Amino acid sequence: MRIAIAEDSVLLREGLSRLLIEAGHEIVAAEGDADRFLRSVAASKPDACVVDVRMPPTFTDEGLRAALVVRDQWPDVGVLVLSQWVEERYATELIAGRPHGVGYLLKDRVADVAEFLDALRRVAEGGSALDPEVVAQLLARSRHPLGELTPREREVLALMAEGRSNAAIAQTLVVGGGAVEKHINNIFTKLGLAPGERDHRRVLAVLRYLGTG
Amino acid sequence: MAGLVVGFAVSIATVICLAVGVVFIPLMLVGVPVVGLTLRAAGWFARFERARFALFLGTRIPGWQPAARAGYRWGIVPRWRVYRERATWAEIGYALARLPVSLVTAVLSLGVWSVALVLLTLPAYDRSLPAGGALVGGTVLRGTPEMTASVVIGLLLLLAAAPLTRGLAAADAAFARLLLSPPSDLAARVTELEISRERVVDAAEAERRRIERDLHDGAQQRLVALAMELGRAKAKLADDVDAARELVDQAHAEAKAALTELRDLVRGVHPPVLTDRGLDAALSGLAARCPVPVNVQVSPHVRPKPAVEAVAYFVVAEALTNIAKHSRASQATVVVEGHGYPGTLHIVITDDGIGGADPRGAGLRGLADRVSGVDGKLSVESPSGGPTIISAMLPVG
Repeated sequence: MRIAIAEDSVLLREGLSRLLIEAGHEIVAAEGDADRFLRSVAASKPDACVVDVRMPPTFTDEGLRAALVVRDQWPDVGVLVLSQWVEERYATELIAGRPHGVGYLLKDRVADVAEFLDALRRVAEGGSALDPEVVAQLLARSRHPLGELTPREREVLALMAEGRSNAAIAQTLVVGGGAVEKHINNIFTKLGLAPGERDHRRVLAVLRYLGTG
Repeated sequence: MAGLVVGFAVSIATVICLAVGVVFIPLMLVGVPVVGLTLRAAGWFARFERARFALFLGTRIPGWQPAARAGYRWGIVPRWRVYRERATWAEIGYALARLPVSLVTAVLSLGVWSVALVLLTLPAYDRSLPAGGALVGGTVLRGTPEMTASVVIGLLLLLAAAPLTRGLAAADAAFARLLLSPPSDLAARVTELEISRERVVDAAEAERRRIERDLHDGAQQRLVALAMELGRAKAKLADDVDAARELVDQAHAEAKAALTELRDLVRGVHPPVLTDRGLDAALSGLAARCPVPVNVQVSPHVRPKPAVEAVAYFVVAEALTNIAKHSRASQATVVVEGHGYPGTLHIVITDDGIGGADPRGAGLRGLADRVSGVDGKLSVESPSGGPTIISAMLPVG
């Protein structure tokens, strides 16, 4: 994949570049601030980009705003936002009813290289990747009661909201694919959601249910 | 006596000047300067009187804040805030009341002294008259019993005269203090501010120590362990690859744990989302991390200044921590409302738990300190058996 990076810390920018190159990707741009990053994206149209939330000049949410610009102007470019902390509110703004090609992860997750690369791949392919911590916050702040779900079904719901495929859920929970499908059908029935075929339509349903849609 | 003489002149002059000034106010050029001059003169008189009380009675009467002064254009035309200043009207009131008050105290003290002396000297008066008998208020007193009674009453009055005079002087001083110095709630406020400042400084110091300790015991130790494990892995890489891999795994886990700890620490110091998105977003995240279900309602457009916002956040954070730890509540509610402009921020946190929170405990005390640091008020209601209601009023401006 062709990837653009926006990260102001030189150490992390270099680290990320090296990690992605080692995984066989191509780095088309690695910038330290949002403006230059947006110009690079416009020029090189990468498959995906990795954006830090906090960047100069104000060190508040430049990266998030740049990610929203990319999302709106170049819908084919996947945007994975990385942050030192995750906030449900940022996730809501980022998704804004359309969890296609967006991701929001804690920076720590980069340390688990395989999972990080998988999340980036999902985002580049138009899927979604939400940090488990964000999902936990969304579940806690859900507008609807989740009391009817069994603990196992809640686990499955959380993994679905993170943007995982059935296979990935089955692998994480160490169960068979059939069991996962059964859980998912139960969840959709109990929550009154229309069953979805493709991964991100399913995520959309779940997120709408959680109150971010 | 001095009070009487001074009072006479000043009170009458004040009445006349004020009257003249007010009557001529329609003719701004004459009326306003006269009023201004009167107000200033009342201020000078107040200073004179403070000095007089200090000199004759040894009572120090603190003056109004200097900030209340110097509100005159060209020396005589009062600025608008002079009219709104309590000190101005208190001093005018003093100048006006000086005469009646002096009159009463002078009559009383002079009266007691003279009556006592008259009664004491009555027998001498009686004897010196050829026919005898003293005319007091229409009755003629004569004979030993009457004269003895007169002397006794005179003596008693004489004894009472000194304390009475002192009492009157004290009353006079109290009257002067009432109008010539700021009300005592101001003094109380100064004390309160001094105490709260001290507590805020202490709280900040305690917070710094806590951060230092958390960094030292947490992230720093983890990084040391991480460096050590990586060092060992490096040494083993050549001959024992499996052991090296295990050490790298451990170092990896250690690094991730250090990150988590640092993140929690940063959030505890100042949550970045508070600056970026305000109270609503920060409290929403806080509620989402609380194990007890929390309903958050923040009235829209509440954006107080950063210091107040931070205190508001910590009130809710501490309250929710307590709810999660001690209350055994099944749900909690956080309501944040702004009243007036710039007005106050009202925060109420309620839960349906077992109550019995101790407002003097370290956590709530620290919270009260932080709240008082921005001039707010914290109240804790937590009867045993619940429910617990913690509310804070914070000035927004």
